[in-house]
Amino acid sequence: MSVAPVSVPAPIGKRSRSAQVKDGAFRAVLLFSVAVGFVLLGWLLVTVVRKGLPYLDSILFTNVNSTNPDRAGARPAILGTIYLMVLVLLMAVPIGVGTALYLEEYADRNRWYNRALEINIQNLAAVPSIVYGLLGLAFVARGVLHLGFVLLTGAIILTLLALPILIVSSREAIRAVPDSIRQGAYALGATQWQVIWRQVLPAAIPGIATGSILALARAIGETAPLLLLGALIFVPFDPGLFSHFTALPVQIYQWIQLPQSEFRGLAAAAIVVLLGLLLILNAGAIWLRNRYQRRW
Amino acid sequence: MATRTADLTQPIRLQADRRRWGEDVVKGVLALCAVLSLATTVGIVVALVLPSIEFFRDVSPAKFYGGTEWSPLFLDKHFGVLPLVSATLVVTAIACLVCMPLGLGVAIYLSEYARPRVRATLKPALEVLAGIPTVVYGFFALITLTPFLKTLGVNVGIFNMLAAGLVIGVLLIPTVASISEDAMAAVPQDLRDGAYGLGSSRLQVSTRIVVPAAISGIVASYVLAISRAIGETMVVVIVAGGVANLTADPREGALTMTGFIAQTGIGDVPTGSIEYKTIFAVALTLFAMTFVMNLIAIRLVRKYREIYE
Repeated sequence: MSVAPVSVPAPIGKRSRSAQVKDGAFRAVLLFSVAVGFVLLGWLLVTVVRKGLPYLDSILFTNVNSTNPDRAGARPAILGTIYLMVLVLLMAVPIGVGTALYLEEYADRNRWYNRALEINIQNLAAVPSIVYGLLGLAFVARGVLHLGFVLLTGAIILTLLALPILIVSSREAIRAVPDSIRQGAYALGATQWQVIWRQVLPAAIPGIATGSILALARAIGETAPLLLLGALIFVPFDPGLFSHFTALPVQIYQWIQLPQSEFRGLAAAAIVVLLGLLLILNAGAIWLRNRYQRRW
Repeated sequence: MATRTADLTQPIRLQADRRRWGEDVVKGVLALCAVLSLATTVGIVVALVLPSIEFFRDVSPAKFYGGTEWSPLFLDKHFGVLPLVSATLVVTAIACLVCMPLGLGVAIYLSEYARPRVRATLKPALEVLAGIPTVVYGFFALITLTPFLKTLGVNVGIFNMLAAGLVIGVLLIPTVASISEDAMAAVPQDLRDGAYGLGSSRLQVSTRIVVPAAISGIVASYVLAISRAIGETMVVVIVAGGVANLTADPREGALTMTGFIAQTGIGDVPTGSIEYKTIFAVALTLFAMTFVMNLIAIRLVRKYREIYE
């Protein structure tokens, strides 16, 4: 070590005691950093489950919201979230994969507009979600599209929110397909689209599917933009595409805001449902990855 | 091969016989998809700027950005945004105190200490932290963390910026860790081997070789974390409180920029009203702050990629 005088060479393979202590302390600090997140995660899950379990009954799934905590349920909110999920998936996947294909397979990276497009997508991924809510308020609920505060408005905005994440993961999946596959297809006379449609896309689908599910999970947990799109509302019916709507995270927020402790319990129960839904999505993504992903 | 007789005196044409219009159509459709993301950005800017221009016709920018009193919804209206900005910065600062050291620690552990199998399980597990909806973190901060801080002897109010900042800090750990770790993974192994060859310990290699070499990526992750913390909404809406309050004391509650937007935007705000315009002026300020930071982060990430890859 540097502290040892030059005339007395330090024995090779052994470090000074103080260096060993320092190394050990550093390792402990690092492990502490890793542990903090998991401790909080565990604490959070235990809290939510303990508070929510007494309220996790069939009423939660069958009833609409009510000022009486014994009869309050989250059926419209749960259905709203499921419908949003399906709509976001239907809109975001084709557009997201299309964008990823354009950027990976067609775009000439030396062109300034393609680079601008890339930076733009990276920036969109980090725009605060509430700003998307304002975009929806100005142009989708009112303004150009003028759809009003309906389910479709929420779905469009969540789609825009999910897109940057979906594009990034789809690009990675497409980039992972080795060039030799493309070259082989070209050599046999395939056109560019034939190469993409019959070779690249099938090979990239596991990665794209995994990324799509994870992007969807992100979008489903979003609350702030939906608040601005009129989702904080009493919905006594099953939502439709052009009806007023609410969603699970918004319902959770509404219950948290109420003073009675029963509603806190209901909020916790709804959180359990939401986390369960996200768990299913994530498990699906992991299963897909393990089952179908190939390494070249 | 030889069995087929071909007229080899003529050159073989390799071009397609006819132009395939379908190819162009497909390319056009895909480019259209890509343009949608550009339209989103333009839409955001236009949506924010137009009402803000109207707002600044009624309220001078000097009063908005220099004023210390915020009461746009009262009869006696004041439009000084500084209390909102200060609350946002206090929450962000606390979050940074949590996520920056811890996120860096996690990144160093994953990159320099963890065995491959440990890393393979830890990384996705950490992502779970980032995948939990922020409304859930808000619930946790209100129901559990704030009472816990009280039992620790910290004199916090029911609504306080401290719990909000702490929770946001934890949920940003994966953001900092994953970008920093990417940058550390891009540091060439030769640099490490050289240092180990000279007798360095793992601590020395981590802190004197890997961290300096990956610094642009680490800074990028920090900048991005600041941007995320500024834009985080649900946690502050639930626990940071709903009253504008110019204070640096994190134990007090205060309304942040995102908190104001969410709180005021929940009702069906009539287009063109002063409340409506105020929301957009605050949002434009928020967007500008995060936009600058996102661009810095994107540029820094590109930098380390250019150096090592």
